[in-house]
Amino acid sequence: MSNLLIKIAKELLLARWRQTLVAAIGVTFSISMFVTLLSFMNGLNDLLDGLILNRTAHVRIYNEVKPSKKQVINLSNQYKDGYNFINSIKSSSSRQSIYNTVAIFETLNNDPRILGYAPKINAQVFFTYGTLAITGSINGIEVAAESKLFSFKDYVTAGKAIDLKNVPNSIILGKGLAEKLMANIGDVVQINTTDGNLMPLKVVGVFQSGLKDLDLVQSYTSIATAQKLMGKSNNYLTDIQVKLKDINQAPKIAKEYALLFDCDAEDIQTANSQFETGSTVRTIISYAVGVVLLIVAGFGIFNILNMLIYEKMDTIAILKATGFSGMDVKKIFIYIALSIGIFGGLFGIIFGLGFSVIIDNIPFNTPSLPTIKTFPINYKSTYYIIGIIFSLVTTYMAGFFPARKASKIDPVTIIRGK
Amino acid sequence: MSEIILSAKDIQKSFHDPVDVKILSDITFEIKKGEFVSVIGKSGCGKSTLLYILSTMDTEYQGDLFINGQLMRNKKESELAIVRNQYIGFVFQFHYLLNEFNVIENVMLPGLKLNKYSREEVEHRAMEKLKMLGIANEAFKKANQLSGGQKQRVSIARSLINDPLIIMGDEPTGNLDNKNSLIVFDIFKELAEVYHQTLLIVTHDQSFAANTSRIIEMEDGRIIRQ
Repeated sequence: MSNLLIKIAKELLLARWRQTLVAAIGVTFSISMFVTLLSFMNGLNDLLDGLILNRTAHVRIYNEVKPSKKQVINLSNQYKDGYNFINSIKSSSSRQSIYNTVAIFETLNNDPRILGYAPKINAQVFFTYGTLAITGSINGIEVAAESKLFSFKDYVTAGKAIDLKNVPNSIILGKGLAEKLMANIGDVVQINTTDGNLMPLKVVGVFQSGLKDLDLVQSYTSIATAQKLMGKSNNYLTDIQVKLKDINQAPKIAKEYALLFDCDAEDIQTANSQFETGSTVRTIISYAVGVVLLIVAGFGIFNILNMLIYEKMDTIAILKATGFSGMDVKKIFIYIALSIGIFGGLFGIIFGLGFSVIIDNIPFNTPSLPTIKTFPINYKSTYYIIGIIFSLVTTYMAGFFPARKASKIDPVTIIRGK
Repeated sequence: MSEIILSAKDIQKSFHDPVDVKILSDITFEIKKGEFVSVIGKSGCGKSTLLYILSTMDTEYQGDLFINGQLMRNKKESELAIVRNQYIGFVFQFHYLLNEFNVIENVMLPGLKLNKYSREEVEHRAMEKLKMLGIANEAFKKANQLSGGQKQRVSIARSLINDPLIIMGDEPTGNLDNKNSLIVFDIFKELAEVYHQTLLIVTHDQSFAANTSRIIEMEDGRIIRQ
C-alpha cells in the first residue's frame, strides 16, 4: 500500500526533477554549511579551551595562605558561651606545603575516577642576570607525569623536556622570559628565592604556552631541584594536580578531597568559568546560524511543494475520485518532502565533511600556538547526526502544510471546473 | 436481476452562499443491478450535482444514500474513499489520466490501491480490460501520446479495474467527436448487455440517452420523469 504511494510520490518528483533538484540543493547547502560551521566553531572552541583546560588540573589540591578558621579564643572553654570579636586577624606564616602527601598519593592511586595526578612545587623567585633582577615563578614538576597529563612536552619549543629530569640543576624558561634574560640553551641563570637562597640553574629548553603573559614569568624545573632551591625536605609539595576521567565530576570530587585531606581543593569549573561561557556562546551562535539556513531552505521546499500541488490539482482530484483518501494524498506529499530532505541532507553531510577536510588542511601558523599547523576542525559525529535530523524535521515541516492542503482539495470542484 | 445497488431517499441540497438556493429536492430513486441508466436535463438542472452526491465525493446534502445496502451518511472521509475505490468506477468528461504514468499503470492505480490482488494479477487484469476495449497495443505508451478517443477508453478501463458495482459517467462523450462518441457508447452498451454492468451516465445528448434502458429526466432540481 505505502509502496504504491511511494511510487506515485517518486513519479511526481521525477516529473518536476529540476525544481526538486533546486530544493534538494538548498537543503544540501544549508546542511553542509551547518555541519562545516559547527565543526569549525567547535574546533576553535576546543583549541581555545585546550590552551587553558588541557594544561589545567581538573582538581588542584593545595594549601591556601589564609587566616586560621579556628582562633584560639573560640577553642577556650572559658569564653565558649560568648560571641568573640577579634579584630585584624592576619594569616600566619604557616607552611604552604601539603601535609601527609604519601597518604594522599595512595588515595589517589586507588580512586577509579582519576586518570592521573602530577605533584608540583610552586615558588616565587627572582631571576638575576647581570645587574638585572626579574620576578617570576618557578614550577617544580615531574616531567613524565606533566607531559602525560598536561602535554607539557608539546609546548617545549627548544631543547628537550626530558632533560629537566636527566640534567641536574636544570631549568626550562618561558619564551618571553628567556628573551628578557637573553638566555640560550646551555646558559646558566641565577635564581634568587624570596628566602634569599641563590642557585645557578642550567637552561635546557624554552617553552611557549601560547599565552604571552604566562611565558614572561613562568619557568619549570624538576621537583628535586625545586626542593633544593627552597631548602626544603624531599616530601615538600605545594600542589597536587589531579586529572579526572570525567571533567564534570570535578566540583564534587574537589569538595570531597578538601574534606578528606583537610586542605584546599579547587575544581576546573570554578577556576576557569569564563572559558565555559565563551564556548557556550560560540556554540549557540553556530547553531543559530545553522538553523536559520535550514529555515530558509525549508521555505524553498514549501514553495516548490505548493507549486507542485497547484500543477497537480487534476492528479490529486482523480486519485481521490478513484479511492485514494485525503490521508493517502497527504502521505504522498510528505514522502516527496522527506525524500528531498533525505537526499539533500545526505549530500549535505558529505559536502560538510568535504568542506571540513578542506578547512582542516588550510595552513594556520601563529607564533603563539606552536602546536597548531592548520585550522582546527572537530569531526564529532554528533554534528552530522544533528544535521540529518534537522534536515528531516525542516523538510517535514515544510511539506506538512502543503500536504495538508493537498489532502483537503475537493475533487468535485476540480472535476466540475473542467 | 432485481438486486438494488444504489438507492437515494429524499436527497436535498442547497447552496447557502450568498442566499439559500435549493439545487436538489426530493430526489428518490433506485438503481438495480444490470440497469443502464441515463440522467438527462438542461444545463444547470442539477444532474451533475446529483451525480457527485451519488458518487460520495460531495457529502453536503440532506437525505439518505445507500450503496450496496450501506448508508453513506456518517462515514468518514477515508471510509468513503474505500467505497469509491471498491464499488464505483468513474468516467468523466475529461479523461484525467496521469501523464507521469503509462497507460497500463494508469489503469492499474485503483487496483493497486484496492490491494486485493497481487501486482502481477492487477497488471494481467488491466491488460484484459485494455484488450476488451481494443487499446491493448497502446498499453505501454505514456498517457499524453494517445488520441482523445483512446484516452477516454483508457479511463473506462480504469473505471472497470476493480469490477465496480456501478460505473458513473459525467458527460463521458461530451468532449468527443461523433465517431468516438459512438465507440464509447457502444462500449457502454456492450458492458451493460454482455457483462451486465450497472451504469449511471449523466448526459445532455438525447440520442445517447434514447438508447439506454432507463432515462431519468430532471428539471430545476427535481426528477420529472423516470
